Amino acid sequence: MCTNISESAAIKGAGKGPAGWFALNQATVGFDHATHSEAEHALLLDFTNYDLGTDARVAVELDLTSGRALLEQLKATIEAAEATGLHG
Amino acid sequence: MWNSFRTDSHLGITAEITTYSAGGGDHIHAYVSRPKGDGPFPGVVAIHHMPGWDEFYQEFSERLARHGYAVIAPDLYCRFGHGTPDDVAAKVRSQGGVHDDSVVADCAAALTWLQAQPWCSGKVGIIGSCSGGRHATLTASKVPGFSALVDLWGGGVIMEPDQITPARPVAPIDLTADLSAPILGIFGNDDRSPTAEQVDQHEAELAKHGKEYEFHRYDGAGHGFFYYHTPMYRQEQAMDGWAKVLDFFGRKLG
Repeated sequence: MCTNISESAAIKGAGKGPAGWFALNQATVGFDHATHSEAEHALLLDFTNYDLGTDARVAVELDLTSGRALLEQLKATIEAAEATGLHG
Repeated sequence: MWNSFRTDSHLGITAEITTYSAGGGDHIHAYVSRPKGDGPFPGVVAIHHMPGWDEFYQEFSERLARHGYAVIAPDLYCRFGHGTPDDVAAKVRSQGGVHDDSVVADCAAALTWLQAQPWCSGKVGIIGSCSGGRHATLTASKVPGFSALVDLWGGGVIMEPDQITPARPVAPIDLTADLSAPILGIFGNDDRSPTAEQVDQHEAELAKHGKEYEFHRYDGAGHGFFYYHTPMYRQEQAMDGWAKVLDFFGRKLG
């Protein structure tokens, strides 16, 4: 099924694609048809910079369990990072 | 029927990416495949699915061409840019999807383009799967002139209020009274969009408006069961479904 579940946000960072590193300015998180995963549907994480072309994209497909695990990792890591006072 | 050609026939097709004047006069890409020869051949507008204008849809079109149809499959994502099909589809997804009006205009123009070709008989059907099934149903409800509609598990023909978006502002089922072509529907009973209950609702709406329809539902199949490149593929159901499609187009476009 097409879920049409998709959220996009502006981000600041860098990603590495086949041609090397490039600046990222958008993240899109969706849950829809998987392109490459075994599952029919997957969490679709796209880190992109369409100013540089359609292929300026780092794509990841995850199952929901992996997505939740990643969420926890991100949360824990961000909290630890903030506690260092080294951010910003 | 598949695999029933005569071994002494001169079967051959041409297939290539070209451009045509689509909605708003924009020249967009389309994959055009048709039997070799002067025709005239019945036409089909093939509407790709949400994963994009991809190799599956090229092969899908070629199968129809091998069975005698002149097929145009417009790249409905053409205006979003170019790259690999999954890169382009990701970009479209990030922007909320292609707008229904854009799809309908491109498909209406594809109908006009086909009917202007000397090798087209003028009878044209429309077919799509997944989001393309919804788009096909929407188009045949808003654009007169199609002689047959095939909806392959189109999700979102019935939409809850929270599923209405700027790009998808209308539930096609609400336009059933305006549907101008007989419809063949192919569905998997394990699909969650459309669910078996939604297929029932769609069928009831078609009956209510006196529309000509044929719905076939398959046990042991969910969404996308023609997609031989995915785990969703179901061989027995897909081959029977293809037979239904070819039979329907044969009767309505022949």
